[in-house]
Amino acid sequence: MSAASLSSAINAIRSSSFAHDRSALASNASHPSSSAFLGSTARLRFNPISSSAGRPRSSAAVAAVAASNVVKEKQPKSSVSGSNLLITKEEGLELYEDMVLGRAFEDMCAQMYYRGKMFGFVHLYNGQEAVSTGFIKLLKQEDSVVSTYRDHVHALSKGVPARQVMSELFGKETGCCRGQGGSMHMFSKEHNLIGGFAFIGEGIPIATGAAFTSKYKREVLKEEGCDHVTVAFFGDGTCNNGQFFECLNMAQLWKLPIIFVVENNLWAIGMSHLRATSDPQIWKKGPAFGMPGVHVDGMDVLKVREVAKEAVGRARRGEGPTLVECETYRFRGHSLADPDELREPAEKAKYAARDPIAALKKYIIESKLASEAELKAIDKKIDEVVEDAVEFADASPQPPRSQLLENVFADPKGFGIGPDGRYRCEDPNFTAGTAKV
Amino acid sequence: MERDPLVCVMGEDVGHYGGSYKVTKGLATKYGDLRVLDTPIAENSFTGMGIGAAMTGLRPIVEGMNMGFLLLAYNQISNNCGMLHYTSGGQFKIPIVIRGPGGVGRQLGAEHSQRLESYFQSIPGIQMVACSTPYNAKGLMKAAIRSDNPVILFEHVLLYNLKERIPDEEYVLSLEEAEMVRPGEHVTILTYSRMRYHVMQAAKTLVNKGYDPEVIDIRSLKPFDLYTIGNSVKKTHRVLIVEECMRTGGIGASLTAAINENFHDYLDAPIVCLSSQDVPTPYAGTLEEWTVVQPGQIVTAVEQLCK
Repeated sequence: MSAASLSSAINAIRSSSFAHDRSALASNASHPSSSAFLGSTARLRFNPISSSAGRPRSSAAVAAVAASNVVKEKQPKSSVSGSNLLITKEEGLELYEDMVLGRAFEDMCAQMYYRGKMFGFVHLYNGQEAVSTGFIKLLKQEDSVVSTYRDHVHALSKGVPARQVMSELFGKETGCCRGQGGSMHMFSKEHNLIGGFAFIGEGIPIATGAAFTSKYKREVLKEEGCDHVTVAFFGDGTCNNGQFFECLNMAQLWKLPIIFVVENNLWAIGMSHLRATSDPQIWKKGPAFGMPGVHVDGMDVLKVREVAKEAVGRARRGEGPTLVECETYRFRGHSLADPDELREPAEKAKYAARDPIAALKKYIIESKLASEAELKAIDKKIDEVVEDAVEFADASPQPPRSQLLENVFADPKGFGIGPDGRYRCEDPNFTAGTAKV
Repeated sequence: MERDPLVCVMGEDVGHYGGSYKVTKGLATKYGDLRVLDTPIAENSFTGMGIGAAMTGLRPIVEGMNMGFLLLAYNQISNNCGMLHYTSGGQFKIPIVIRGPGGVGRQLGAEHSQRLESYFQSIPGIQMVACSTPYNAKGLMKAAIRSDNPVILFEHVLLYNLKERIPDEEYVLSLEEAEMVRPGEHVTILTYSRMRYHVMQAAKTLVNKGYDPEVIDIRSLKPFDLYTIGNSVKKTHRVLIVEECMRTGGIGASLTAAINENFHDYLDAPIVCLSSQDVPTPYAGTLEEWTVVQPGQIVTAVEQLCK
């Protein structure tokens, strides 16, 4: 397929162009049944993989970068003039603060890890902040977020206090999971963050279940107006996994209120997306199941936010799931243990130049939404929040032995009946953590 | 399902078809297609979906059309069903029931004749029960649904045709207790699921030969009811375990270890464990018969044990 017909195929799926039609955005609100699906107009210039067999590994990625740069250049022209701003000042500052929190927190994690305060596998989110902030800041507390092992920033964006996340990473009892989960298993019932999963793909069915509950509440329990949505985040590597496809099918089949967000950072540890995937354009896999598939520049929080608004709106209106592929990049290795030797410096530099925080800062200042001083004040505030989180985590106690057996079962009778006829959980040693179970 | 609107069912062919063994017959007509959900063939994902639904407030019952199919759901059952209550620091409970028919049937071939209780038993955070009569099937099912813990309920392909008069009044059995089937003095026979019937058949022969076996249906495969079992061991001093699991790593293997550990002093003889052969269940009827423990073998084993 030639590049020209590929791009016209992309446009056929889009029903309205992004940059110009501001009025379409407004009219969508009043015509819920005819939602013109907004998305990035990035014309992906690299050819489908079958015709690019001889290409050097990074050139396709560079081509994708180049295409997105074209759109990015178009962006400021139509949106810097006053009445066309995509965000208000409050929104801008909220987005900025959330992304800076994510970045500062992750940088602190790296420091703490190398100082021996944090252990095991720690996967940092630097560079991908636009995706988390772009989606999660649109959600209500009752909406659910399901993440992967790269979940610290999803937790922070969803509202889990930095103190609780840091404590959890230090393995202290004041952590959001009492120190029992760790970096890869962030959970918060209060903020409806349903994990934190170590194996890729295993969170997607959980997210599908959360969306199922939302639909069940509306249709079976007749809770009028229950329109909670679920956002499932996962990576490019996961998109070759069975659970991804199985859930796309079920979600569309039952029109579940879920948004599947692919954080395509082009690398699954050391496996390039292009080496692992027959058709690397993940957004295309949505229409194969009957749902819209969108590709968006994941380094631009405003673009992500516009796509997210539409996807979340669809889900809330009961129109079903959406697959959103965010082209993004992680500035650090897969985890703190990854030497990150396979990625070309040129590729890293290209994406570093598209740092989402720098981009938003530039946008805010150029559109006169806020001053540099106000942004610096936010930087300082976040530094204090992160320092405070570390101090809190440091000062918190380790979990006591009594915690060992406590949360294995919701009903501890599940440990059964001991030789003496009593339930084992009634044994005083049980709460001491020394009972034989 | 009538008592609690949060209870729902999901699985392959549970709705319009009524279930591959008709366990959910009529429920979809009564409660609708969302509460009795016909899923596509994607065990790992729909089991995970059930777990996610359980974490967010529902009380789902997930059916494995045959328990063997749940091998495909092992990721979700082990990592999410068993572990998430703990990993989340107790924030999310998973009141799910995973059930289905398993065990060796009539020439169904190796893959449809599996006993998954031995594969799942190590998973921390789950309970496993096996029903064997209409009475305990109903009681255990209710208990499993009402429990806030994830419970795997093992049914048997050959036991669906049993008929029994059961009480009209509501009753719920304990998930952790074993069932005394036949009190006796000479030997403790521990069994569960279909083997209970082979044991009772052997018991008739044994009684005619002058033996008095005590038969206990352990019902709770994880955790074991060591009180009922222990009291029996203390009385008879001889233990025979009869199970349909394979020898290696089966429920019997764990039970042997548990009894040795706790009641070693009370044993007059080593524990004997009769299990299925460690072979994939053959299709041919004669071969299949020889993989599973038969009443004759049980009689011989008791005679040996009581010498």
